[in-house]
Amino acid sequence: MTDDLLQFALFAGLLIAVAVPLGAYMAAVFAGEVRFLAPVERALAAGAGAAVRQDQRWTAYALSLLAFNAAGFVLLFLILRFQNLLPLNPQGFDGLSAPLAFNTALSFVTNTNWQAYGGETTMSNFSQMVGLTTQNFVSAASGMAVAAAVARGLAARRTRVLGNFWTDLTRATLYILLPGALGLALVFAASGIPQTLAAAFDAATLDAGTQTIAVGPAASQVAIKQLGTNGGGFFNVNSAHPLENPTALTNLLSTLAILAIPAAFCFTYGRMVGDRRQGIALFAAMGLLFLAGFAAIYAAEAAGNPLQAGLVDPGTGNMEGKEVRFGVLGSTLWAAATTAASNGSVNAMHDSFTPLGGLVAMLNIQLGEVVFGGVGVGLTGMLLFVVLTVFLAGLMVGRTPEYLGKKIEAREVKLAALTLLVMPLGVLVASAASILAGTAETAVLTPGPHGLSELLYAYSSATGNNGSAFAGFSANTEWHNIALGIAMMLGRFGYIVPILAIAGSLAGKTAAPAGPGTFPTHGALFVTLLLATILIVGALTFLPVLALGPIAEQVSLAAGRTF
Amino acid sequence: MSKHPPAEIGLMSPRILGPAIGQAVRKLDPRSLARNPVIFSTALVSLLSTVLVAREALQSGPAVWTGLQIAIWLWFTVLFANFAEAVAEGRGKARADAFRSTRTSAKAKLLEDPADRSRTRPTDIAQVEPGQLILVEAGDTIPTDGTVVAGVASVDESAITGESAPVIRESGGDRSSVTGGTRLVSDWLVVRVTAKPGETFLDRMIALVEGARRQKTPNEIALDILLAGLTLVFLLVVATLPAFASWSGTTLPVIYLAALFVTLIPTTIGGLLSAIGIAGMDRLVKANVVAKSGRAVEAAGDIDVLLLDKTGTITFGNRMADAFEPAPGVAPRMLAEAAFLASLADDTPEGKSIVDLALRSFGFSPDAAKDAHIVPFSAHTRMSGVDLPGGVSLRKGASDAMAALSGAPLAPAVDQIVKRIASSGGTPLVVAQDRKVLGVIHLKDVVKPAIRERFAELRRMGIRTVMITGDNPLTAAAIAAEAGVDDVLAEATPEKKLELIRKEQAAGRLVAMCGDGSNDAPALAQADVGVAMNTGTAAAKEAGNLIDLDSDPTKLIEIVMVGKQLLISRGALTTFSVANDVAKYFAILPALFVGAYPGLAALDVMGLGSPQSAILSAIIFNALVIVALIPIALKGVRYRPASAATLLSRNLLVYGLGGLLAPFVGIKLIDLLVDLLHLA
Repeated sequence: MTDDLLQFALFAGLLIAVAVPLGAYMAAVFAGEVRFLAPVERALAAGAGAAVRQDQRWTAYALSLLAFNAAGFVLLFLILRFQNLLPLNPQGFDGLSAPLAFNTALSFVTNTNWQAYGGETTMSNFSQMVGLTTQNFVSAASGMAVAAAVARGLAARRTRVLGNFWTDLTRATLYILLPGALGLALVFAASGIPQTLAAAFDAATLDAGTQTIAVGPAASQVAIKQLGTNGGGFFNVNSAHPLENPTALTNLLSTLAILAIPAAFCFTYGRMVGDRRQGIALFAAMGLLFLAGFAAIYAAEAAGNPLQAGLVDPGTGNMEGKEVRFGVLGSTLWAAATTAASNGSVNAMHDSFTPLGGLVAMLNIQLGEVVFGGVGVGLTGMLLFVVLTVFLAGLMVGRTPEYLGKKIEAREVKLAALTLLVMPLGVLVASAASILAGTAETAVLTPGPHGLSELLYAYSSATGNNGSAFAGFSANTEWHNIALGIAMMLGRFGYIVPILAIAGSLAGKTAAPAGPGTFPTHGALFVTLLLATILIVGALTFLPVLALGPIAEQVSLAAGRTF
Repeated sequence: MSKHPPAEIGLMSPRILGPAIGQAVRKLDPRSLARNPVIFSTALVSLLSTVLVAREALQSGPAVWTGLQIAIWLWFTVLFANFAEAVAEGRGKARADAFRSTRTSAKAKLLEDPADRSRTRPTDIAQVEPGQLILVEAGDTIPTDGTVVAGVASVDESAITGESAPVIRESGGDRSSVTGGTRLVSDWLVVRVTAKPGETFLDRMIALVEGARRQKTPNEIALDILLAGLTLVFLLVVATLPAFASWSGTTLPVIYLAALFVTLIPTTIGGLLSAIGIAGMDRLVKANVVAKSGRAVEAAGDIDVLLLDKTGTITFGNRMADAFEPAPGVAPRMLAEAAFLASLADDTPEGKSIVDLALRSFGFSPDAAKDAHIVPFSAHTRMSGVDLPGGVSLRKGASDAMAALSGAPLAPAVDQIVKRIASSGGTPLVVAQDRKVLGVIHLKDVVKPAIRERFAELRRMGIRTVMITGDNPLTAAAIAAEAGVDDVLAEATPEKKLELIRKEQAAGRLVAMCGDGSNDAPALAQADVGVAMNTGTAAAKEAGNLIDLDSDPTKLIEIVMVGKQLLISRGALTTFSVANDVAKYFAILPALFVGAYPGLAALDVMGLGSPQSAILSAIIFNALVIVALIPIALKGVRYRPASAATLLSRNLLVYGLGGLLAPFVGIKLIDLLVDLLHLA
């Protein structure tokens, strides 16, 4: 217990130590002050033409992003569908079925990286390297570009432009994701994660059997999967696989990499809007939610399964579905981080968590991926809650609500309120439709409340662009591939487009200087109010289904009833 | 002068409540309900529930009794919301009726020839166009708004301002505008009509307080959108619940879902929103201010900078004697006596104040001035005084005029006194006896008492005050320091005023100002909140977006407060409404799900009687809380000037935390009652 606390404190310290300077560096990148790869930028720009140099209004920015992602989707869909015709397919895997290719392509383009397939038994090296890894980079970079554009919009005074999408995309990739992934991949490869183009081989096991050991270009993909809050594993069981996460060091670095860029974005934001306290306030809100989430999952898992009382050493906690190497702390910290940050990689099976532990992981996602969240989009998701919070708080101090001196009016409220519908639509409506269509029953491992949790988790994960799963859920069916795909799109662009529109609208406004009559959006009072808004909106939306899922399971478990 | 405020209407006067009940039912008209998305949804759900109950009754199902009660309370929720609006409107209507009664039905006396007052043509007021001339005589009610072009008369404006003392209206200057509905007490006036029929000041005021054509204000629209968004979220939550319940092996009666939906959507604020808006306007009217649009009232809450004219607002506008400062070798008493005698016949406010000060300090007798020859002030000599019967001549005047009188420059000591007084913002008045300078009277522009505190209050609210004055910078700075304003615009001209407003607005600040003269009109129009004085010119009244009937420039401060209170009331009740939902979940969810999973009874933290009584109690609480909050909606949430952070923590504590906890208590109490009466 004390060891665990110490480890967590160390982790938190390391995270802050990484996030603060990284945030400053990223602010410099988006301000165009980091240019060590200027020749590469120029070469890319020359190929692209004038489009990349002009500052764009929010509409052009959003259209560029949508067009880029649409093109990425089509390309990835074709690669996956026809990988059998493409090179680097040593195992001779077939092309993916259309619904699976649709789902997977959307999943990687939306930075969800939900895997309805098993990587080592489905994907050719070409698909992994050219198809998936490319999207691991550019889907992350797209999200980062959105955050940069939004921060610029809030900082701007009476302009209509938010920057240039292509420039932001290029810079995020060249200066942040590529160097970070390169460094991390080298450490990972050195730690024993495979990085090879060879095919799987057979190994003789100790009990005189043979086992197929799948290998491939894993280290490079794992690095960007963590750094870009992608989460799509090279292997089916993701970072619980000994070759995807072989050592304590890779586990620590992976967990840190999950949160590094999302956390750093708070500080980037503070610098970009010219008031670092604003960024610190958002970091504090996210940090507190993360801490609470981790503490709840950890407590639930450390308490263990009441039905196993007396059967296992009480100090062990609930170890079902967990790697002995990582234990309760390593697994729950990862679970808290990956569900908070919209990453979705796992080093333990969330399906096997206690009902309450699973509930918190699920709620982390259902809050709208604002607890650090995906790279870039976590920050902008939080800003949507800030808009709503500021609106209520602003009224209560007797002024037209303002954020950073800019008035929050009907247009901004309308757009922010629209995003409130995304999670209920993607999670509640899609799950309910699956139940009514009879497709939910066949996909879950067990009926009853646990099955409901599996279903809810799947749709939460898709809509929240997380990508992790309660693995008992068999998602590779036509219905779920398509419905989850739609949920992923909704969860991605249903937030990105409105927040860009808000940023565009705020960019055109003048900023009133702050005074004693304006409500400060930094400091403990605001952070408390922001947290209350997030939790109340989340709780009000999901409490009924959570009551029928994990809460019902937990209370039944306590009464000795299992499903 | 006595002042009677417009007849006060009690918050819960039966005069209002009676008709409001009828109105509440009439407002069930779908066209009226559709204006409010939350209440409209509630009405739809009530209708659905009624149909369901009727069907259940026809099939003599088991749940008719509980269902019926739920349906009834759902309708009550709608009716209570309508009632809140009707009460607010009723108060406005009562005020409007009072105004309407002053509207005259008598014919206007249209003048055919302005020079000849004997020839008038009685014309229906609806036929009188702007620009035409009418005659108003003693005893007449002025039929419409206009500008006086000839004549002087005293006018009783109490019908509009509540001020019982008649005021003088005359052609030219800043007292030339007359308002329809006021009554001529004496003499006659020739008035050029300025308002189109049906668009007079009184008409506008009636429309305003009646709220009939009330436009939603920007913040109200934004809030409406948020509430509609929340309603949609809860629609999705509740509509998907049957699917999840069927997965869990249970079915949920639709009427329970209807109850859940209505308790979750923000009916409290939805039901009170328009009442808050109407009541805000009403408070403004009560303060004798007429807003041309609700937007201006809301903008008043956002004001960052307040431009205030020095004269009349910050100071009394009259220079008053503050001290006698004798020349070397002159006894203070001697100077005071000379000043006293020289001012006895001077009935300007300055002169009177000198006499006052001398009497207070030394208590002279006016006898010495008997039979004295009075030398009145003339623009030529720029001095005044008396020649006493004994041949002594006493004079007071500007320092240079007095120096000319004595035939030599002022003595250095006196000159120093003069300069010191001038640099402190005062006016030095030199007194001489037989051409020998005795000393200086210090005249001061007296700052109104307690104005400093008001500015400090404004500063706490985050509002900067700027004093506007025609004085030179030195004088202006001295008065500004004494009054405690934050900034000063000296040697102000209308152009400089306009420029200042533009500069502040360019920096993102919202500016309020008040004015009365025609030359104020551009600045009034440019300001975000422009308050025109009712006594002011028609141009000023046209340019401003608020009109103060009392013509009191400090009213701006009250207007700001009303604007802020309006926003705070909306925000606080929204927070309260949303926070309420948590407790309602804890009442209804276990009631709905305990059949499927008995363990979920653990969520029933209130320990409610039965699932039926839990649902019934929640819906009853939800309906009653609207009624309970009507007084707050009408009176407005308590507001005292304080910094934003202080206000927020207080309101969060009361309405946020209170909203979280109150329903736990309320629902439990209602549940006990429901159980006691065996209602469920």
